[in-house]
Amino acid sequence: MSNTIAEQTVNTRTISDGARPFEVVAILVKRSMMRVRRMPSAFIPSLVMPVFQLIAFSGTFGFAVTSLGIKNALDWYVPLNAMQGASFGALGVSFGLINDMQTGFFDRILMAPTPRWVTVVSSLAAAVVRCVVPITFVVIVGYIGGMNTPGGFMAIVCVAIASIAIAVVAAGFALGLTFRMRNLGAATLTQFAIFFTIFLSTSQVPLSAMSGWLRGVARINPMTNILRFARQGFLGDVTWEQSWGGIIAMAVLLILTFIFAMTGIKKFDQ
Amino acid sequence: MSLSIADPKMMASSSSTRSLLRHTFVLTRRSVIGRLRQPAVLAPAFIFPLFFAALGSASFNKLASDPYFTANIATSFLNYAVAGAVLQGVLFGSTSAAGDLATDIEQGFFERLLASPISRTAIVLGRLAASMVVACVQVVIFMTIFLVAGARIESGPIGFIGLIGGGALLALAMSAMMAGLAIKSGSPEVVQGAFPLVFVLMFLSSAFFPRHYMKGWYRTVADWNPLSHVVEGMQGFMNHELSASQFAKSWLIPFVLAIIGIAFALRALNNRLAAS
Repeated sequence: MSNTIAEQTVNTRTISDGARPFEVVAILVKRSMMRVRRMPSAFIPSLVMPVFQLIAFSGTFGFAVTSLGIKNALDWYVPLNAMQGASFGALGVSFGLINDMQTGFFDRILMAPTPRWVTVVSSLAAAVVRCVVPITFVVIVGYIGGMNTPGGFMAIVCVAIASIAIAVVAAGFALGLTFRMRNLGAATLTQFAIFFTIFLSTSQVPLSAMSGWLRGVARINPMTNILRFARQGFLGDVTWEQSWGGIIAMAVLLILTFIFAMTGIKKFDQ
Repeated sequence: MSLSIADPKMMASSSSTRSLLRHTFVLTRRSVIGRLRQPAVLAPAFIFPLFFAALGSASFNKLASDPYFTANIATSFLNYAVAGAVLQGVLFGSTSAAGDLATDIEQGFFERLLASPISRTAIVLGRLAASMVVACVQVVIFMTIFLVAGARIESGPIGFIGLIGGGALLALAMSAMMAGLAIKSGSPEVVQGAFPLVFVLMFLSSAFFPRHYMKGWYRTVADWNPLSHVVEGMQGFMNHELSASQFAKSWLIPFVLAIIGIAFALRALNNRLAAS
């Protein structure tokens, strides 16, 4: 008995030293992936929809971008749909959190001797792991469809970075809302927010083709810079000029949404 | 005196027709009120079509500088997008109406309707008529917004009626098919699960972009998709002089689909009654 208590004391010390939190993160990520395996019906739409949208957008609006000198409509729409698929895939984290809140499992996580940031970071890490599959799927379909990558391997790197960043931003925003609202409305609101932010940017056509109010909105929308960063390797070489705006936009959004999620979990505690 | 002279069969027939109409009217009213009481459910059928029309007209308006587009399709992309928005709104609305029917089945209200002395056909027809009423209101609201935003109906007031009629018939067709599915499954999830199919059909048509500019297999699918022809009939009302082909496309195709849908819904109802 005394041995067990001694072991627990040692373990507690280890946790407070910061050695264990990343193990906890890994376990919670693994648990999130097990949910995907057990409930594929909840994950499959986030896999199918971006591919369908890729086909639908390039088939429907293809002329609108190819008439502007873009070789293949897929070059324009692959990065968009990879980002969209990643963000919607990441939302599963919010649904999982709500489920945990309803079943009481989340209370047990809160009672565990781990810092609060571990809970947030594990959800964000799970979002990163979840979004890898839709991104890969969209890129493969793009290759099959004959998309061009003049930027070479860096084209794929840029689209992967942008998609993962958007997935983390979406997950962070969803977590912040879920901690505050504690119901499914949080995930729905996040879906709306992502949807409108993406579509009110250069999602469908370049800025030069836009007119009126949309041009003004797209110009100040940070998603426009992120899309430019993601698309550059599909339209030409990867350059710093095309990258820095997107990198700043991603960094700012990541910081803001992380703060939003952290303040959310503090409010939840209170 | 007149009663004694009248043919009893005729009497029974006219009385049952009258009661069918009365029951249908009452259930239509209930269904319309039910939909108005759920603005959150109804809102997407208004917000998304209007958003996509606004987005499309701002994104693709430069297409209007293409001579083929202005000569054969529409004077502006806003004028082109109107019909697509109507189609989208009506399809969204019809799906959620069928979802309400499935909810009635799931919650047991449908069983109570079956147990009450009302016509069984009226249970289905009431829902379908409500979808038509909502679609008419929807088209009028959409048209008011689009006209304020600068759209023009080139075929005049009859074209306006043509658009409303087309929207109502399309709502009838779609809600009949979805109602059949709702009765067959009795599950709102199944009805909502079928919505992506409607979404796919909508994208694989000329609702958002002219078929003329599509290529390859996508164009072939859009050519065969009946929704392409329905929406092009409606676009005809917006962008061309009045012609019979506009009515044939936007009224006749949904009418045929409606007959098939109603037959499917009534058959599903009969099967459910036989099973219970």
